[in-house]
Amino acid sequence: MSTALVTDLTIFVLALLVGIEVIGKVPATLHTPLMSAANSIHGIVLVGALLIGLTAHNAVGYILAFVAAFFAAANVVGGYVVTGRMLKMFRRKPQVPAPAQAQLNGQTKEQPKEVQR
Amino acid sequence: MNTFTTNIQLVYILAAACFVVGLHLMNSPATARRGNQVSTAGMVIAVVVTLVLLIHEGTVTAVGWTVLIIGTLLGSVVGLYSARTVQMTAMPQLVSMFNAVGGGAAALVAVYGYIHDESAPGGVLGTTSVFTVLDVIIGSVTFTGSLIAAGKLQGVITGSPVMIKGGRAINLALAVVALGSAAFMLTTASLPALLLVVLASLAFGVLMVLPIGGADMPVVISLLNAFTGTAVAMAGFVINNWALIIAGALVGASGGILTKLMADAMNRSLGNIIVGGFGTGDNMIAAAVTGDVQIRSIAADDAAIQLAYASKVIIVPGYGLAAAQAQHGVAELAAMLESRGIEVSYAIHPVAGRMPGHMNVLLAEANVPYPQLKEMDEINPEFGRADVALVIGANDVTNPAARRQGTAISGMPILDVDQAKSIIVVKRSMGHGYAGIDNELYTNPKTSMYFADAKKAVAEMTAAVKTLVG
Repeated sequence: MSTALVTDLTIFVLALLVGIEVIGKVPATLHTPLMSAANSIHGIVLVGALLIGLTAHNAVGYILAFVAAFFAAANVVGGYVVTGRMLKMFRRKPQVPAPAQAQLNGQTKEQPKEVQR
Repeated sequence: MNTFTTNIQLVYILAAACFVVGLHLMNSPATARRGNQVSTAGMVIAVVVTLVLLIHEGTVTAVGWTVLIIGTLLGSVVGLYSARTVQMTAMPQLVSMFNAVGGGAAALVAVYGYIHDESAPGGVLGTTSVFTVLDVIIGSVTFTGSLIAAGKLQGVITGSPVMIKGGRAINLALAVVALGSAAFMLTTASLPALLLVVLASLAFGVLMVLPIGGADMPVVISLLNAFTGTAVAMAGFVINNWALIIAGALVGASGGILTKLMADAMNRSLGNIIVGGFGTGDNMIAAAVTGDVQIRSIAADDAAIQLAYASKVIIVPGYGLAAAQAQHGVAELAAMLESRGIEVSYAIHPVAGRMPGHMNVLLAEANVPYPQLKEMDEINPEFGRADVALVIGANDVTNPAARRQGTAISGMPILDVDQAKSIIVVKRSMGHGYAGIDNELYTNPKTSMYFADAKKAVAEMTAAVKTLVG
């Protein structure tokens, strides 16, 4: 086993343990945004897709680079945007006072779309 | 390693550190948004430094740049559009799609690594590591498995378990083929072997998820999330990149933890879920009520009286609430009760939605303040003090039968709804939940059944409370 491989394995195991430690503290309320955030983080595979370009010099290489870059970019951009969108909704207090909220119901930005479903 | 590549690696470590800090900040709703921003910053750093590396190396051809740029831009547009337009109820599908493309991209990175090595002088011998084949296998399984899961959640594919005759034997055969060819690949450079591994893994992914029922989706999504993370980490081994290894490991840990939490919340082992059954789909079967059981039915006026003169109300939402699009109505009803000084909180079972934490997001979208959203362990001791427990669209997770031995849900952690002083259950019919058994809560003398669609019932109750208290 080469030194590089041992280093890689060490990093992997330690990162796994850090992940378990950090993620174990996330409250259940945030589990969907957590999974979505984790989703965006695995979009780092975009780096791997871009690196294919370093040595790709034939059709097969180009096709693989294209599809991988497409997939990974959709993953990373979509993941971060949707996580941000979700987290914006978590508020300590309602946006408007309770009685006013009842009147406003159906007029806030995101609601009309919901009603159509 | 020369100075330039060392510096590049150091920047990758900085990016990875941003991911860890970002996830750490997600331990509270107050800091979570900042966490997402830190994580995004890490990602931008990683991508920019990769572009610097590509330019510095100077080996990317004009065609290479074109495919990379067009691929990335197209992907970004698709990702951005779906993230902007997705309904919160459809969140699990989107997460599943991101799992699919992430796993697919990781598999392609390994496939390229293998093909590229093969064409290089000296061939593949000795350079193909076990990580290459693991990446190809896990990435491919995740790709098709996640697509099937998304299809099931979207309703394109039936939510009920699809049992194929001899499916387990076929799955076993596919696994043997994939692993056998993979072992062969390790010693001999062979394109057909690679193709066989990819195809067998893709088929395995399909057959793995097809037999799993709709109710088990929170577990499946979490598991596929862990798979994607692992595949990305393996891709990191293949191209020797620490950012990928660390990010992949973090996601693997996150997916693994959530998988365990979800499986525990249903008191089922992972093996049991993968083998299938029980999660028998979304269709409610209306069952005849046996003669000697007394069911108390209630109308909006009576429910309104109970609610309006309570001092503590606990709302128990289930997926039925979201399916009926009643979350905004419930939030309105709760706000009205609160304005009368009634203490309102929501009891959220871990598997109340279609993915971990799904119900919380749906209620947050309906403007429910997050301090009112209580986890099972936190809310259970409070049911005894509640005057009214209002159950909307939840079934099995409230069934006291889980506390006894010998039922289909024995041992499953439940919400102690039956401890409340009175209970109102909003439900369309006496139909069964996923477990297919009678809910003993409905025959409890303290329980009143409100037979209606969730959205209609909530609107009627809100109107009745309004008239009652003027």
